Amino acid sequence: MKERTRDQGGPGTLTDDLVVPEIDASALAGEPLADLAARYQLRPSAARPGVFVYARQLWDRRHFIVGFATARNVAMYTEARLGQLWQVLTPLLNAAVYYLIFGIILDTSRGVPNFLAFLITGIFIFNFTQRAFITTSRVMPDSLPLIRALPFPRACLPIGYVLIELEQLVMSMIVLTVIVLATGEPLTWYWLLALPALALQAVFNIGMGLSLARLGAGADDFSQLLPFLVRTWLYASGVMFSIQTIGSLRHHPTITYLLQINPAAVYIGLVRNSILESQRIGWPGSKPYSAGNCALYHTGKKAYLEYSAYCHGVVSMNELWLWGIGWAIVALVVGFVFFWQAETRYGRG
Amino acid sequence: MASGPATDGPEPTVIVDDLHVVYRVYGAGGDKGTAATALMRVIKRQRRPSVREVHAIRGISFVINHGDAVGIIGRNGSGKSTLLQAIAGLLPPEQGCVYSSGQAALLGVNAALLDDLTGERNVVLGCLAMGMTPQETKDRYQSIVDFSGVGNFIDYPMRTYSTGMAQRLRFSIASAKNHEILMIDEALATGDANFRAKSHERIVELRGEAGTVFLVAHNLAEIEASCNRVIWLEKGKIMRQGYDVPAIIDAYLEATGGEPRKRDKPQQNEHSATA
Repeated sequence: MKERTRDQGGPGTLTDDLVVPEIDASALAGEPLADLAARYQLRPSAARPGVFVYARQLWDRRHFIVGFATARNVAMYTEARLGQLWQVLTPLLNAAVYYLIFGIILDTSRGVPNFLAFLITGIFIFNFTQRAFITTSRVMPDSLPLIRALPFPRACLPIGYVLIELEQLVMSMIVLTVIVLATGEPLTWYWLLALPALALQAVFNIGMGLSLARLGAGADDFSQLLPFLVRTWLYASGVMFSIQTIGSLRHHPTITYLLQINPAAVYIGLVRNSILESQRIGWPGSKPYSAGNCALYHTGKKAYLEYSAYCHGVVSMNELWLWGIGWAIVALVVGFVFFWQAETRYGRG
Repeated sequence: MASGPATDGPEPTVIVDDLHVVYRVYGAGGDKGTAATALMRVIKRQRRPSVREVHAIRGISFVINHGDAVGIIGRNGSGKSTLLQAIAGLLPPEQGCVYSSGQAALLGVNAALLDDLTGERNVVLGCLAMGMTPQETKDRYQSIVDFSGVGNFIDYPMRTYSTGMAQRLRFSIASAKNHEILMIDEALATGDANFRAKSHERIVELRGEAGTVFLVAHNLAEIEASCNRVIWLEKGKIMRQGYDVPAIIDAYLEATGGEPRKRDKPQQNEHSATA
């Protein structure tokens, strides 16, 4: 068969406008095409499956999700000379910067015992949510080629992106453990509570990531705005100060309560209380209220930093766990349904 | 070669019923593109002029049966790729409906997989994404790599591949699974002669496995060799369609001013009268 080199389909090659004949659709099969499709049990190709079927399809692709996350994680540093070492170097350098600013230059404790460990724990935990939010808001536009090439439940992509951040978090937690122990905190059985706390946070991030992926799949404006929203959230979540004991919030119990039950503050609080003994024993409300001891705490003297335990509690530890579970479930259910509703529209661009 | 419709009761796998597809294009011209003009637009509550609606498919109906290999021809911009994306369920119809017997897999010309990952990862992830188990993926891995013929490049990131290599690997991945419906959009255009021969065999094989194949190609020899049915699109509508592939291709060439195809062997002309 001879190959033709000339492009036979280019525009402008048409000698004169073609008249396209009208074809009567019903004449094709002698019956309405929808009836023919029903008779042979064909389904509309743009239909989305039911929400439970979708969940099962997603479960069937679990190997893809994990493989996708791991491969992406490995590829992230392939252009760097130090390669995978950056997985450890990134959190280390982060901690070094905060140590330089807050530990040496400002030298402030803001009424918090072992402030450096408190701060770095907060930064690392918040960073997990922050990174998950920013990356999932861009996952659909970034993955258009993949979406248009292969059929698979699209929720694999945002979930995979959250898993990438989770894998990064594991590295951060190893670095964090070394730092926290170096600041003099003891290793106790309470440390194990960090695992369920982080698991809840990961579930929350997946749920929110699904919502953000759908929002970011449309107009680009949303993913441009998101970094500013997240940064505002950072300052409101008690990463660099303790919501429960900061002086300026002392006479605003409602605001304090609302700040403390916001998801980021909840997960940060849960992890801090499990790995920082100074936080656990100083948690307000963990000892019977004593006006005198609480007043001593508010003098700000270093010797009385742990007397915050004698002040009025904002949220008890048990309540904090319930909030953590609640946020995770609500975020997951809402995010999953919200993402699933637009399943057939991703890839449209 | 052109074998005509299955005689023992054709069974439809794809039914397209009065399909209309409209898609939006961002970033079309019509704006100076500065922050000031953007602000004025928001204040005046105007729609973004850079968003245009394109009515790409304007009422198409056809029925495709089991075992058909359908060539889609037409000039650039006649709606060939859009039609395939709509059949795959990637572009939702504005009006009408596409019915299919299963998920269609689309191999587009721009369908890069994961560019910053190695070919090896792309094969594994592609297989898993198509719903294979890890064991199946392991079993098929070597045959996919061998078929693609990319050789040592399998360990390199896909962004280092030449266009032809990347397309070969993509075709190998997508054709590893027996899709009920496989759609190939110019995916073989840049392959070398050896690979084209291999992929032609694979398409025939997929047809033999009672799948349905759609092929978009500007290379009409490719269509004539692989397809038993052809649809000629013009401005989002069907100009002509049928099982008499050579006759329709000749008519298409005549209408678009191309030279008539020279064929090595005489064609069966009894179909021409009925097409």
